[in-house]
Formats: sequence, C-alpha cells, structure tokens
Amino acid sequence: MSTAGANIAMQNPQASTARQPLLSVRGVKTYYGNIIALKGVDMDVNEGEIVTLIGANGAGKSTLMMTIFGNPRAREGTITYAGRDITKMPTHEIARMSIAQSPEGRRIFPRMTVYENLQMGASMNGMAYFDQDLERVCTLFPRLKERLQQRGGTLSGGEQQMLAIARALMSRPKLLLLDEPSLGLAPLIVKQIFQIIKELNEKDGMTVFLVEQNAYHALKLAHRGYVMVTGNITMSGTGKELLDDPQVKAAYLEGGHH
Amino acid sequence: MNAPSITTTAQTNTVSRNFDLAAAFKDALKAALITLGLSIPILSYKTNQSGADLFLTSRWGLVAIVCAIVFGLRLVLHAFTASKAYAKATPSPRQATELVDAGPSAFQKASRFGVPFFLGVALTFPVLIYLIQGGLNESRYWVDLGILILTYVMLGWGLNIVVGLAGLLDLGYVAFYAVGAYSYALLSTTFGLSFWICLPLAGILAAFWGMILGFPVLRLRGDYLAIVTLAFGEIIRLVLINWVDLTNGGAGISSIPRATFFGIPFTAGEDGFAATFGLEFNGMHRMIFLYYLILALALLTNFVTMRLRKLPVGRAWEALREDEIACRSLGINTTNTKLTAFAIGAMFGGFAGSFFAVRQGFVSPESFNFLESAIILAIVVMGGMGSQIGVAIAAIVLVGGPEVLRNLTFLQSVFGTGFDPNEYRLLLFGAGMVAMMVWRPRGLISEREPSVILKERKAISGSLVKEGHG
Ligand SMILES: Nc1ncnc2c1ncn2[C@@H]1O[C@H](COP(=O)(O)OP(=O)(O)OP(=O)(O)O)[C@@H](O)[C@H]1O
Ligand SMILES: [Mg+2]
Repeated sequence: MSTAGANIAMQNPQASTARQPLLSVRGVKTYYGNIIALKGVDMDVNEGEIVTLIGANGAGKSTLMMTIFGNPRAREGTITYAGRDITKMPTHEIARMSIAQSPEGRRIFPRMTVYENLQMGASMNGMAYFDQDLERVCTLFPRLKERLQQRGGTLSGGEQQMLAIARALMSRPKLLLLDEPSLGLAPLIVKQIFQIIKELNEKDGMTVFLVEQNAYHALKLAHRGYVMVTGNITMSGTGKELLDDPQVKAAYLEGGHH
Repeated sequence: MNAPSITTTAQTNTVSRNFDLAAAFKDALKAALITLGLSIPILSYKTNQSGADLFLTSRWGLVAIVCAIVFGLRLVLHAFTASKAYAKATPSPRQATELVDAGPSAFQKASRFGVPFFLGVALTFPVLIYLIQGGLNESRYWVDLGILILTYVMLGWGLNIVVGLAGLLDLGYVAFYAVGAYSYALLSTTFGLSFWICLPLAGILAAFWGMILGFPVLRLRGDYLAIVTLAFGEIIRLVLINWVDLTNGGAGISSIPRATFFGIPFTAGEDGFAATFGLEFNGMHRMIFLYYLILALALLTNFVTMRLRKLPVGRAWEALREDEIACRSLGINTTNTKLTAFAIGAMFGGFAGSFFAVRQGFVSPESFNFLESAIILAIVVMGGMGSQIGVAIAAIVLVGGPEVLRNLTFLQSVFGTGFDPNEYRLLLFGAGMVAMMVWRPRGLISEREPSVILKERKAISGSLVKEGHG
C-alpha cells in the first residue's frame, strides 16, 4: 500500500539532529467517547515543508489537527513539537509555542470586528508586532483591509475564511495548521489562497500542515502528502508521487483536474 | 433627480392604503369586547365587608375605563405598526452602504450625545434638585432616589463584566453584594476599621469569593452555570441567616458606623463636617456626600471596565463569550480568563455592598434575596448585554420607574382613592419585559460597541490602500 520513497527523512536517523521533524506524531489514538477516530497515526512535518493530509469525509483529518492542539486529547501515542512532548499540554500553551491554526468551520468571533479578531490573533505575543503584521495580512488579503470595522459575523463565507487564516498568521507562527482553507471559496480565490500559502512557505519559511478536500491543488502545492482512510494513514509520499499514484487518482482525483 | 421621489410617493401610497382605518377599528373593538368578557368575572364586582355582612359593590365604571384603554391602545398599536411599515418601505439612502462603509453606528451616535448628557446630569443632580425643590430638606427624597439608582447602575456594570462581557450567566450576583456589605459591617463593628479601609477589603473579599464560585463552575456553561450560581447566592444568604454567632442571623447587624468625610464625621458637633466648613448643620450633607461617593464608585466601575475591554484580558472575555474553543487555540488561558471575570465582577459587587452598608447603617440577610439578583440581571439583559450606557438606562428605568409609579397619584381620581399604583409594579415590570422581548429582543442597546474605533482607515498606511483588489 505505502508508496516507496516515503518518509525519506525518517529513514535517515544519522542526520536526525539536523533533520529532526518540527512536528512528529507517533502512534496517536484519539477517541470520541468509545468511538475510535484515530487508530494509531504516524506523521511528520519537517521544518520548512508544506505537508498536506487528504482523505474522504469523516476520515479523521480534522480530528488529527485538533488532537495536535490537545482538544480532544490523544489517548495513546505521543506528539512532539520542536523537541518537546506536547501530548498532555493544555491547548492554550500549545498555541503559545508558535503553532497557529485555522480550524474547520473558521471559528472567528462573530460579534467582534475584523480588526478585533486580528488583535485576538496577535494577543499571545503581546501585540508586539501588531501594526506590522496587520499591514502584512492586509496586503495578503486586501478584502479584509476594506472591512476592518465590519463585524466578523457579517462577512461573507469566503471573507470569513480569509479572516480565519489572517488571524492565525497574526501570531507569527512557525507552524501553521490549516483545515480546508479552500472550503466555500470561489475557484479564483482558492488559487489566491494557495498562492498565499506558497508565498508564506517560500518567503517566510513558514511550515504548513494543510488538510484539504481539494486534493489536486493541495498535492500540487505540497512537498509531501499523507492519505488518511478511517483513522489510519494509508499512504504517504511526495506530492508528485501521490498525484501520480493510480489509487490516489481513482479515489481522490476522479473526474480529472479541477 | 425626479425619479426617486416619484417611486417613494408611490410606495407611500401603497403603504398608507395598507392602514385600513375600518379594519383597525374593528380589531380594536374586538379587543375591547374580549377585555369586557374578561372583566366581568374579575373586575365588575367587588366584595365589601361591613361588620359580619358581606355584600357586592358593582364597578361598571372601572370596567368601562379598562375597556376604553384597551381599545385606545389597540388603535395606537395599529397606527404604530403602519407607520413602521411605511418607514421600512421608504429606505434611507444610507442603508445599502451601511455595513461596508462603517459610518457612525447607532451606538456611536448615542454615546456621542448621550454620554456627556447623562454624565452632566449625574454630576449636577444634587444641585439641580436643590434648585428645583428649593431647599436641602425638600430634595432629600430625590437625592435618596439618585443614590438608589446609582447603586443599581454600579451593580449592573459590575455584573455586566461577568454576564455581558464574559458571557457567564450569573444568577447569584447578590452574594457578592452581601459579602461586601457584611464585610464592612463586621470589620467596622468588631475592629472599628474606617470605611476607607474597609472598602478595598470588602472588594478583595468579594473577589476572593468570586474565585471560590469560579473554580467549581469553570466547566459549566449556560443553563447549568445559571443554576449553580443561583444556588451559590442562596447558600450565602442562608449562611448569613444561620451563622448567628458571626452575623447575628436574621436580625442583622445594626449601628454600623456612618461614612465620614475622609475622617470628618457628619455630626452637629464642634469637629463635625458642618462646623469645619463653616456651614449650618444639615443631615443632607451626608446624603449628598453619599451621592457623590456612589457616583464616584460607579464611574470607577465604568472606567475600569472600559479600560479592561481595550486590554488583552477584556478582549479575551469577549472572545470567550463568542467561542471558547477558538479562544484556547489562540493561546488564551480560558481558566484564568473566567476566574478574572468572576473575581473582578464580584469585586465591584463587594464595593457596592459596603456602600450599601454604610448608607443604611444596617444590614440583614433580607436585603440579599434572589429578587435582587434577578433585578440586577434584568438591568444587564435589558441594557443589552455588554453595553455600558444601555445598562445605565435600564437601571434608571427599572429602579426609577417604580418610584414614578408611586407619584402617579392623579390616577386615584380615575380609579378611586383606594388605588395604589405601586401595587401594579410587578405587573408593569412583567409587561415591560414582554414589550422588550417583542421590540428589542437583544436589549436596549443591542449593538456591541467595538473596543477599537478606527478613525478613517488610519491604522493602515496610505501606501497600502492602492495595492490589490480582492
Ligand atoms: N465531537 C465529536 N464527537 C463524536 N464523534 C466525532 C466528533 N467529531 C468528529 N467525530 C467523528 O469522528 C470521525 C472523524 O471526523 P473528522 O471531523 O476528523 O473527519 P474529517 O476527516 O475532518 O472529515 P471532513 O473532510 O468531512 O471534514 C467522524 O466519523 C466523525 O463523525
Ligand atoms: Mg474535517
């Protein structure tokens, strides 16, 4: 099942000090009550990479992303970030280790203005770079710049998505977790968002972990990818390898290129 | 130029045609008839007792009056809804652009003119009353009422931190009011501490109890939280009643030392306030001092709240109200955030409580029953959950309103001398609540005031404005 050439970094333990993954997930099992949602997931995200996770609805992608953030907590296995075990750490402390996420469903603050939402994103590093970062996200998302005084809840769906990403960026994360950033966006905007992710990665060296339904775009963009099926990682490899894999093609890229 | 005005008149015509006078009359008549039907068993006869005899007196005049009132109100309601429909049908030119182009909102307008007005009236209130009533003694009632209202404004603002900002439904706020009052009462009567020392102590003690309440309820939300806080309020009251050794039980604590003017007592003696400042002694000096004291305390509450809203902790409260999970993933410690909300809200309740004790000179558990909590919560909810000025207005209406009722003596000439408008207080309270639910379901000032108001778009440097388009 697993593709050759996967986990290059892991097969090379000699170089581990230099190439130790920024985020590593080992044997993680997560339950919702008695229902098992992650059945022992192994995954790595190296510094400077874009890693994507694709899979069908209900596979457990969002669960994995939330488990990294400690909500819900992994019942078994370990999650290590920058050499520290974060498996049992409270969510807010994980967030302070320069990991940011734009969760599924956006979860912006509806009654607060766009500006205040962005302030919330910056609050954990004491607003030190707020003005600078505000300019930066406004350059990335000119749509938001026009609407700084508008209430979050009154933004359009796509604008809310932009706000969720922008808010995550305000904390200057080293690792950015994005859950379906293209959800509900017009194709043109999707392209822009993916372009922005690429820029963040190339120019700022930001590490990105991307959960996507839009498998074609995601795999084209990502350095590496994982495929999840009902709580298990079934395949991994470089973006190109997965794109060319017949199984992936059949299951996730059906209907040609979107 | 002409075209729009033509369309508006056309719309006006259709709408005003909608207001069918005959139909409105018919409907009002129907309402009046229903009232008549209801009045016959309830209002039309009254039992009177004279000696051992019981006989009926008919009150058809009263029934007629009530029916007439219902008829009139129903008509007014029709006219009102029709005029509202008319207003809707003729949109204001600003409406279309309002959301994007954030002009001054209703809130901003209200605060621009309302706040200086209210503040001005509050600051000069004793003087105004003195001038209107023409004498210190004559103005006693009004200053007393002012003190009462301000106490509730302060309590409302304090609870607003917990309920309005942090979104934690607290039905037992009166517990902290009680803690503050008893703190002052006990500290001053047993240790002889002065008010100015007891005030901060009472605040700290109340804040401490706020934390104690906060810990067990950290994981609760909404209904469950409301029930536990309600129980907490009752527990405190029951402890005050039953711990007789400490609190003197239901009899309460009396002869609590009065407030002094920073050490100078308000007495008629040599070293009293009046003598020191060369005034003629008058008990009203103390009242006016108390008025300004509670005004200062209320303004302090408001000031601190406004400041906190702009600081990370205040913004975290509001974010917590909106989405707890998002808060946590933004690095906010929700535990601490909730505890500070409870503690700071409770602290202001404690301040208000010790003021209450120093004003009354007497405290008993009866003053801290659930109805108090309910009124304070009603003030916050009616005010619009989080709006400072809304809370102040609601306090004036809810606390001042019943006093206005008391003064509506002219109604006695309509309903007979036995009529006491004050007895209808709770009825009107209920009616007011229903009216609020219908017309302003989210409170008097429902719009949340942004904690940062950007003037023009100055936060963004000019160079950026030219770049890119969505
Ligand atoms: N809070 C919850 N309680 C119980 N079960 C849950 C909960 N959240 C998710 N699940 C279940 O866990 C499984 C994985 O859900 P998850 O949201 O991780 O899927 P996903 O891969 O993100 O799907 P999608 O692509 O549709 O977003 C699903 O079967 C879902 O029903
Ligand atoms: Mg998902």
